[in-house]
Amino acid sequence: MLKDITLGQYYQTDSVLHRLDPRVKLIGTFVFIIALFIVNTPAGYLLCAVFLAAMIKLSRVPLRYILGGMKPVLFLLAITVFFNLLFTPGTPLVSVWRISITREGVSFAVKMAARLCFLITGTTLMTLTTTPNQLTDALEAVLRPLKALHVPVHEIAMMMSIALRFIPILMEETDKIMKAQMARGADFETGNVIRRAKNMVPILVPLFISAFRRANDLAMAMEARCYRGGEGRTRMKPLVYGRADYTAYSVIAAVFACCVLIRAAGI
Amino acid sequence: MILAKKLSHNFNKRDDDGNVVEVIHALKDVDLEVRAGEFIAVLGHNGSGKSTLAKHINALLFPSDGEVVIDGMDTRDAASLWKIRQEAGMVFQNPDNQIIGQVVEEDVGFGPENMGVPTPEIWERVEESLRIVGMLEHRKKSPNHLSGGQKQRVSIAGVIAMHPRCIIMDEPTAMLDPGGRKEVIRAARALNQVEGITIILITHYMDEAIYADRVFVMDGGEVRMSGTPREVFSRVKEMKALHLDVPQVTLLADELKKRGLSLPDGILTDQELAAALGLEAGAGKA
Repeated sequence: MLKDITLGQYYQTDSVLHRLDPRVKLIGTFVFIIALFIVNTPAGYLLCAVFLAAMIKLSRVPLRYILGGMKPVLFLLAITVFFNLLFTPGTPLVSVWRISITREGVSFAVKMAARLCFLITGTTLMTLTTTPNQLTDALEAVLRPLKALHVPVHEIAMMMSIALRFIPILMEETDKIMKAQMARGADFETGNVIRRAKNMVPILVPLFISAFRRANDLAMAMEARCYRGGEGRTRMKPLVYGRADYTAYSVIAAVFACCVLIRAAGI
Repeated sequence: MILAKKLSHNFNKRDDDGNVVEVIHALKDVDLEVRAGEFIAVLGHNGSGKSTLAKHINALLFPSDGEVVIDGMDTRDAASLWKIRQEAGMVFQNPDNQIIGQVVEEDVGFGPENMGVPTPEIWERVEESLRIVGMLEHRKKSPNHLSGGQKQRVSIAGVIAMHPRCIIMDEPTAMLDPGGRKEVIRAARALNQVEGITIILITHYMDEAIYADRVFVMDGGEVRMSGTPREVFSRVKEMKALHLDVPQVTLLADELKKRGLSLPDGILTDQELAAALGLEAGAGKA
């Protein structure tokens, strides 16, 4: 059962968005986020909403998956709206006791909420259409210029992909250790939070020891297969831009330009 | 192909302050010669030094004394390190801890990627290697969804893709069920016979060693016995003294001989025993 957990939240289907180069999606999402913070008028938000809706349509991912990504942040969203609503100074609309809801507060809260919703939907859409593996590759490619600053870009990407590979294995192992400890009378379910946290120690210790042992084995296996860092390495699946990728870049650039123009014109 | 001369390896056991408290002699004066195309089995129980020996052949460990020469290259020569690791591939015990890729084909491509093989050729090598071990149909799968035997075959494919002349398998079947063990041993024998790759199989399962051209028995860091499986396994008493078993049929034949039956030495398979007893080969299970 634990074997089947999906990492990230990749939704497997075939769409234009799925087939795009992961670099385009990564950079595109980044540009989209910047655009969200540039626009500040209803027209600008409308443009972003239309763009996002078009992308969702293109991705062929069912809407409920995308909205599902909103769930964990609903609370954060509620708090943001609440505070913006109550504590923005300006012309009061409604006043109760010493607290008043202002016109500026309402408009600010609505804008903030829209921004956050779009931001989360946008990034969710990226992770739904890109496998974690592709994302790691894209990250390595996009961050490559940082190598000049001695940032170990290849190593970071390699660590991320190894971590992704070992998460299910370590989950399975945790499950095994828990069962073994339970069979010997360990109790993970009762008691208060502190007690329960304390009871987790007998799981964590063997898990960490095993993780270190695995790391050691893996390092040796990688060396035995001639791994010596990113230098002189070729790729089995190199990232190559196709026609669709250039089109996608143009679309993103156009949307971004429109956002900037809307802001400048103040519409 | 592989030559070890007076090879010794010491591990230093240190206390908490980093002082050497004890020197463990994992290998003592090991002499070994393996010719190209041979199938070698190395036997020995835990701590006999067989894994340490394996890691010397792949230049993962270096001799404290003596030398290891692979295809004319000394393992201590830093310039030929990568060439040696490419020529002498290694398969380890735990299949989970040696698969790097998240997709079978990507893992097989890992070695060639490291060697700087051009992309189209990587694809050819991956396909060829997966076909040899019979895993081509699983190429798009995640390694987490494979059985132990299948994972180990992927590991072997990952080594084959580097086009080695020799593959060292360090207890590749120790963590597998009987079905998985059979799969892996079959793959190893096919590689040796069809592809002509030298195989060094390290194991503590005696029945896997009977297919070898030669067997080395290790104990306490030394090579105690060597020869063909027939020669080695016929010395039942010596094997017992080293706390090693011989295949069950061999043991049975030996016991029968003690009771006065006249049988040849070193019987290795059911069929051989049946023939020696004058029984039909098929009915020989009794």
